Amino acid sequence: MLETFSQIPMAWLAFAALAAAGCAAFLAGRTIAMGIARTSEAQLNSQPNYHGYYVAMWTVTPAALLLLGHALFGSGLTRSLLMAELPDGFASFDRLQLAQYLDRVSEAATLDRSVWAGEPLFAAVTERYMILKGGLKLGTFLLAILAGLAGLAFATRRLQASFRARHEVERGIQLALFACAAIAVATTAGIVVSLLFESIRFFSQVPLFDFLFGLHWNAQTEEHFGAIPLFFGTFIISLIAMCVAVPVGLYAAIYLSEYAGARARAWIKPMLEILAGIPTVVYGFFALLVIAPAVRTSAVWLNGLPFIPDEFFAASSTNALAAGLVMGVMIIPFVSSLSDDVINAVPQSLRDGAFAMGATRSETVKQVVMPAALPGVIASVLLAVSRAIGETMIVVMAAGLRPQITADPTAEITTITVQIVALLTGDSEFDSPKTLSAFALGFVLFALTLVFNLVALRVVQKYREKYD
Amino acid sequence: MTKLISSPGPSRFDDPEALSRLKKRHAAERRFRLYGQLAISFAILFLGLLIVSIGSQAVSAFSHHQVTFHLPLNEETVAPNGPGDPEAVEENISGFYQLVREDLARTFPEAGETPARTREVNALVTRLAVIPMARETSEHLDWLGETRRYRTALSDDLDLYLKGAVADEIEISLAEILRAEQIRAEDSDAPPRIRLTSADEFASLRDALARASALTADRGEAGGFSVLVQNGANLVRLLPPYDSQPLLFEPMTGTPANLAGGKPEARIILLPESARNVTDRQIAWTLALQEQGRIRSSLNWALLTNSDSTYPEIAGVLAAIVGSLFTMFVTAAIAIPIGICAALYLEEYAPKNRVTDLIEVNINNLAAVPSIVFGLLGAAVFLNFLALPRSAPLVGGLVLGLLTLPTVIIAARAALRTVPPSIRAAALGLGASKTQTVFHHVLPLAAPGILTGAIIGMARALGETAPLLLIGMVAFVAEVPGGPTDEATALPVLIYKWSTGAERAWEPNTAAAILVLLTFMVVMNAVAVFLRRRFERRW
Repeated sequence: MLETFSQIPMAWLAFAALAAAGCAAFLAGRTIAMGIARTSEAQLNSQPNYHGYYVAMWTVTPAALLLLGHALFGSGLTRSLLMAELPDGFASFDRLQLAQYLDRVSEAATLDRSVWAGEPLFAAVTERYMILKGGLKLGTFLLAILAGLAGLAFATRRLQASFRARHEVERGIQLALFACAAIAVATTAGIVVSLLFESIRFFSQVPLFDFLFGLHWNAQTEEHFGAIPLFFGTFIISLIAMCVAVPVGLYAAIYLSEYAGARARAWIKPMLEILAGIPTVVYGFFALLVIAPAVRTSAVWLNGLPFIPDEFFAASSTNALAAGLVMGVMIIPFVSSLSDDVINAVPQSLRDGAFAMGATRSETVKQVVMPAALPGVIASVLLAVSRAIGETMIVVMAAGLRPQITADPTAEITTITVQIVALLTGDSEFDSPKTLSAFALGFVLFALTLVFNLVALRVVQKYREKYD
Repeated sequence: MTKLISSPGPSRFDDPEALSRLKKRHAAERRFRLYGQLAISFAILFLGLLIVSIGSQAVSAFSHHQVTFHLPLNEETVAPNGPGDPEAVEENISGFYQLVREDLARTFPEAGETPARTREVNALVTRLAVIPMARETSEHLDWLGETRRYRTALSDDLDLYLKGAVADEIEISLAEILRAEQIRAEDSDAPPRIRLTSADEFASLRDALARASALTADRGEAGGFSVLVQNGANLVRLLPPYDSQPLLFEPMTGTPANLAGGKPEARIILLPESARNVTDRQIAWTLALQEQGRIRSSLNWALLTNSDSTYPEIAGVLAAIVGSLFTMFVTAAIAIPIGICAALYLEEYAPKNRVTDLIEVNINNLAAVPSIVFGLLGAAVFLNFLALPRSAPLVGGLVLGLLTLPTVIIAARAALRTVPPSIRAAALGLGASKTQTVFHHVLPLAAPGILTGAIIGMARALGETAPLLLIGMVAFVAEVPGGPTDEATALPVLIYKWSTGAERAWEPNTAAAILVLLTFMVVMNAVAVFLRRRFERRW
């Protein structure tokens, strides 16, 4: 019986049951309240509907929380229960093998019985898995029904004429809204905790000093975990990107806010926004298809020039310059739109003053507007840097995989993000230093971008206060 | 300017020094303006280059060449379990491929001479390309015993060749060939040679050969080209040395004697045979098929209706689209309600205190966290800790939902802020509670703005790739997923995967998939713009 229960799709069933229970509880609460209104002398404090909502809230919420908990933790719990029961023969399995075995079991459990008829041990484990899963599901369901009934009983007993149902319901709503806002904080906490947790496990196997200052990175063979080449690659590519994005973005912003007419603005701004809306994987493909070969061809041509030594440029088919250039273009709109905003926020009176002194437009921009807008511009550049550091797809596709420290922009180079993708794509085992190093790199990435973001946001905030 | 102020004494506007200074200042002004224009043109040109280069690649993927076959559907090959089992017919790929091979062998008897050559001719059609035939036949089992006409995709390399993407070519029409005679060498094992007698002694061909040598010599690939002479479905290849007297040819396909008369043509393929994936003989066969009217270019619907495959000519984006839809569904279910609720709390309810400040700073920061970090979160928490299924749209949607959440919150807060306080005051004044005010008045008025922001956030999530790579959605998925917990891949991930494909034909396919993705994003953004235009209200 429990086995068949394990195959029932839970989500829709639970959703339908909750909706039905909610409706029923609402009707019950309303009817009770109307009964009270008819029989008692005193007027109801709240509308009968609010009594209904109150009862429904108390009925649905505990059950829903239980079911949500089951949806999130159910499969993990089933697996650890099963793992505790596995016979001794499985002791020789390492974690990855065990995980793969359990994956197979959980997949087989959703299939027809005939699929796993051939292996008696596997069949027995799968059978047991299904029983555990079904039992947990049934248990949660019964518990949820009990919780719902308890909530119903609690809520209906509180209903009376003087009961402030609306107030209670509104408090519940406010609590729910707060919980939603707290999810954002929980996400950050989740990121920090999970990255920190895995990083600590990594640093228990590889010394922190070797990671931060080692010059050799070769995670695939699990020998060298010196991340300096990755930091260097990230730095070089971000530098190239900023060399493109900052001047172009800044001049574009200045032109748009100080020179362009309304019609030109109406055309150019959406064009720049399109640049920001294109998915990075498309930029990556473009870099791979057009820019990287062009860089390679130019490098080969430069190598052929008489005054340049042969093979001065590596002329690799994936290279730092291509990735950096395309990333720079991708970042242009981030610099330009934020700078545009801060430049527009500079009060017109400052410009008028400069014009009245006889300054030309460019002199006004350079000597009056830009100094006033500087903090905001710096903030936009910092945000752009943070985006460049964290950008993944362009570098994965166009920058290459070879960790090396070289000043040659046409050489293959690798970054933090490329390595994270390379280490975590495919089947990964969560215990090996190879996989864990990805989390250590992720932690560095998170910390780096966080610093840039915090500084930038603080600068923006300070600056806004000045002119408001 | 500072100089102007500090320089003492009377300054007349027409004194030469002042005029030259003015000129300089005006030049600086024009330069500055020009820099701005250059910056904007650079960005827009780049955008144009990107769209044009991807668009032109994609165009070639939206059409493909199909070969027509007339296959005798004998029961023992096609329906191994008899006519009562359509499923066996549908899965009988090897049977149908055998029929295709037999047809090719009938058309090109010379291909049977050596096993290598048989393999060469069989490579004209990929084995898996017969799947649609098998499916079609399984639905019409009454066709058994008849000879039916089928069309199937030509191999990707030859398709690219016909689209002119493999090598540059010089095509010339020749003067009439008067006679074609076979020369037998003394050594009977040597391949036969053909001597052609042309009306103009191949003057035009020799011209073209000289041009071809010049062209390839520049590239440093001397002698690196092939020459095919064609008349109807009969083709021969020029044997080196290309300047011999007389020119000698070897037969490729058809009957060499039939080269005489008619309108012969020659094509010089400016890339050595060793440097391309298609042999001269395969090209000759393809051209012969084309001459027989058996190769036609048609719209490549397979790209939209097929799922992923290891062969570019039959790979399509359907499974990825469905995977992306499931992912987006979960993302929307997470990000939009939670985002709106969080925005309502922060804008309407939150007291000014440290907790609120913390949440605000947090959301602004979260919006700028690199997307790959969310992928790490998904791998560590959803996959490792919660043991949710790998490669599933459910997990992808959860991760992208958390990623989109701050964007939705920020957009929703901006929309809520545009609702004037007078509305709230009026509702409160009429006795509504805070919550009634918010849900009955503020939220409906802000809804269009919130929805616009949400759609734009979803469009961005649709293009996200990196986090999905980390939670295993990069797996090869050849079947359309049936639900959010099935193995699936997403459109941007498919683009990434295809772009890493070794064969050249993946390039146009990738570009076409990008076009599909961009179409979805443009539609979503257009809906957002429409909503904004239609419902935007100025207070």
